[in-house]
Amino acid sequence: MSEIKEVMINSDRLATDEYLVNMGPQHPSTHGVLRMLVKLEGEKVLNIQPHIGYIHSGIEKMCEAISYPQIIHLTDRMDYLSAHMNNEAVALCVENALQVEVPDRVKYIRTIMDELARLASHQLWWCVMGMDLGALTTFFYGLRDREMILDIFEETCGARLTVNYNLPGGLMFDIHPNFQKRVKDFITYFRTKLPEYDQLLSGNVIFRERTEGIGHLSLSDAIAYGVTGPSGRASGFSNDLRKHQPYSAYPLVKFNEIIDHRCDTLARYEVRMKEMHESLSIIEQLIDNIPEGDYAVKMKSVIKLPEGEFYQRVETARGEFGVYIVSDGKKNPYRVKFRSPGFSNLFALNKMAKGHKIADLVAIMSTLDLVIPDIDR
Amino acid sequence: MTHDELKTYLIDKFPSAEIALGAQYVQMIVSSVDLHQTAASLKNSKDTSFDYLICLSGVDYPEYMEVVYHLESVDLHHVMVLKVRTSDRLNPAIDTVSDIWIGAKYHEREVYDLLGVHFNNHTDLRRLFLEDGWGFPLRKDYVDEIRIVER
Amino acid sequence: MGFNFYDFTALTHNIHVGLVEGFSPFMATTLEWVIVGTAYLLFVALFGLLLVYAERKVCAAFQQRLGPMRVGYWGLLQTIADFIKLLMKELIMPRKADRFLYNLAPFIVIIASFLAIAVIPFAPGLQSLDFDIGLFYLTSVSSVGVIGILLAGWSSNNKYSLIGAMRSGAQILSYELSVSLSLLTMIIFAGSMQFSTIVEGQRDGWYLFTGHIPSLVAFIVFLIAGTAETNRGPFDLAEAESELTAGFHTEYSGIKFAFFFLAEYINLFIISAVAATVFLGGWMPLHFGHLEAFNHAMDVIPPLVWFFLKVFGVIFIIMWFKWTFPRLRVDQILTLEWKYLLPINLINILLMALIVLTKFHF
Repeated sequence: MSEIKEVMINSDRLATDEYLVNMGPQHPSTHGVLRMLVKLEGEKVLNIQPHIGYIHSGIEKMCEAISYPQIIHLTDRMDYLSAHMNNEAVALCVENALQVEVPDRVKYIRTIMDELARLASHQLWWCVMGMDLGALTTFFYGLRDREMILDIFEETCGARLTVNYNLPGGLMFDIHPNFQKRVKDFITYFRTKLPEYDQLLSGNVIFRERTEGIGHLSLSDAIAYGVTGPSGRASGFSNDLRKHQPYSAYPLVKFNEIIDHRCDTLARYEVRMKEMHESLSIIEQLIDNIPEGDYAVKMKSVIKLPEGEFYQRVETARGEFGVYIVSDGKKNPYRVKFRSPGFSNLFALNKMAKGHKIADLVAIMSTLDLVIPDIDR
Repeated sequence: MTHDELKTYLIDKFPSAEIALGAQYVQMIVSSVDLHQTAASLKNSKDTSFDYLICLSGVDYPEYMEVVYHLESVDLHHVMVLKVRTSDRLNPAIDTVSDIWIGAKYHEREVYDLLGVHFNNHTDLRRLFLEDGWGFPLRKDYVDEIRIVER
Repeated sequence: MGFNFYDFTALTHNIHVGLVEGFSPFMATTLEWVIVGTAYLLFVALFGLLLVYAERKVCAAFQQRLGPMRVGYWGLLQTIADFIKLLMKELIMPRKADRFLYNLAPFIVIIASFLAIAVIPFAPGLQSLDFDIGLFYLTSVSSVGVIGILLAGWSSNNKYSLIGAMRSGAQILSYELSVSLSLLTMIIFAGSMQFSTIVEGQRDGWYLFTGHIPSLVAFIVFLIAGTAETNRGPFDLAEAESELTAGFHTEYSGIKFAFFFLAEYINLFIISAVAATVFLGGWMPLHFGHLEAFNHAMDVIPPLVWFFLKVFGVIFIIMWFKWTFPRLRVDQILTLEWKYLLPINLINILLMALIVLTKFHF
């Protein structure tokens, strides 16, 4: 309450017809504890001020007190839907710093798991996108298929969401003997289900009316705000790190970077839908060719990074994830900074939603695919 | 531009800056006075055109406070690291770059929140995650009173 | 008192005669009120529970799941358990709410629904109000409910509630027009506003078939506008949970919330019952012109069964809308009404008038 007053006094004054609404921290469409102070005139959104920090857990501070393999377990808890990619970013960063070359088998498995995680994340996003627009049935269709990926994760890593599958120098365990068969089964199954997604939501007249031309984010704004991932690519911002700075087995596979120049909510939706097809084809190219070999290289029991600074970028389901490690040669880092994609994406919301209706605000937020622990860290 | 080309170009263009080729990227350290001007010219120059600020982080070293800018050019696909240091560790103040890269506005708020670096000319410098009066947890002399991290 | 499952006229008449003979006129009327009132209350409460159960099962079927399964056989007792839970819940009221209006709103909503249900003919003789302006009365009382919704939104002292109520107001006022106009089309065709006459007029074929194109158009428009009137399906803007948490009833709990909930389902029933009566012949069995044998075979099924079969058919279609479509935006909802449905309706009325004048119908 006091904050509302404070904002009313400090920021520009409210005109007679304007009013403030607190969306969140408990609100069905903010997907977590995000609070937005929305200035409205009737139904029209005039200004949005995101307030974050409700689940700030000080991960960067905690990292300074623990060793490098332990950091990986914390990265799961940030963007829990791209848990595997976050793990990989730290593992790659440490490997690059120590100049350790991991076996090809590790690279292949990491890439397959990356794409499975991306698929699972996009499926959940699709469910929730439909739900935010009022089509409640999509939620169950998406979760039905996501369950299969989580089962594959569970079989191999023992966990369904926070997988903790990577280590500096390789993987925790080898893949389960069923892994290849189940992944192939999933691909054939999901290829028949993806058209169903389109039939249910993409082609719907109301859906297209709700999304077309809504939430315009121009290319220059996307770059200036640092909006990456599918959200940025829908504005024509070519930023797929799998293409531009390939890591793991991405140099070996053929895939398209999906770019759309329409810049609106529908474009962001379609980019993600097309990315699901690309992910399937990436997995298909790798799954039969996983080379034999070790699943990890032998590392020292205490990992110490040489003095210096190391930066690693990976492409998560939400955009560019960066790990910046400053080492002073000890077994724990001097400073760790995570560049989370959601953080930059969130703040472009004001630019996109200004002038639209409340219902559009929800739709735009949905296509940004925010995960709040990723923003708050 | 490759890293070497970029390094030669930068040495040519910014003689007063300290430029070195790091393990991964070209690093350039500028003084806090030159920061804003350097950043603007890095972005606006056609040869470099660093229009995408990847990441803005603050690091607290024993003698100085450092703010690190990871920059990329979307068209030219080269990356560099820009650093600025202030010797005043307790009340660090540097110029904002949020008028050059809009996204920096919120990254700067984060750095202000966690490290207490004051950004001059910032339009909305408030705390982002923590309450007012919390202290600056990422500073090395921060006392973890309720022992969240250290046991 | 002979009981006839095909015609309740004798039964209700006998009850009336018995009451008038046994009591003074004043007492007789009072007792009749009490009996009719209790019957409707019981019907509404039980049918509301049944509809909630049906909705959950239908929704589950669309979403590839089973729905409630644990309480009772196939979860049949689930809604009763939910109802008991709602009864026992604490009534919470926002501190700065307008006490009187806040408490009044749920009653207005539910009274409007009860007023409307009075004219629905369930079977021959099973109708409490059958007067010559039946349809007109129905359209007028069914829009009283919006006052309750507006009051609820205003008095809750919550911005989400207010936005929801304003949306609901704009929406119901606009769609009331389409509902009335599509009914007007059928009134022109039937030549009467009295429900019994309308049902009787469909003895040789339902109006949906005999009035061909205009009545088909009117039926579709009525279904769309009716869905919007009940704040359901793709038109549930007033309680859009992803935008306004729960819209106008955000601040209501316990039995007051149950009133809104129940009123929504009664309104669903009323819209479906009106659609079934005006377009699908109400309790009238399916008859085709002069196919005597077929018509007699259809007459074996009691009118009450016919009525509820049709009502549930329409209810299923409306539920189908809800669980398939995304929600419309507030400006789109008004565009749909004022730019599309209203002109279509006006042209449709003209067509119907021409058809009736030229006797170009079956």
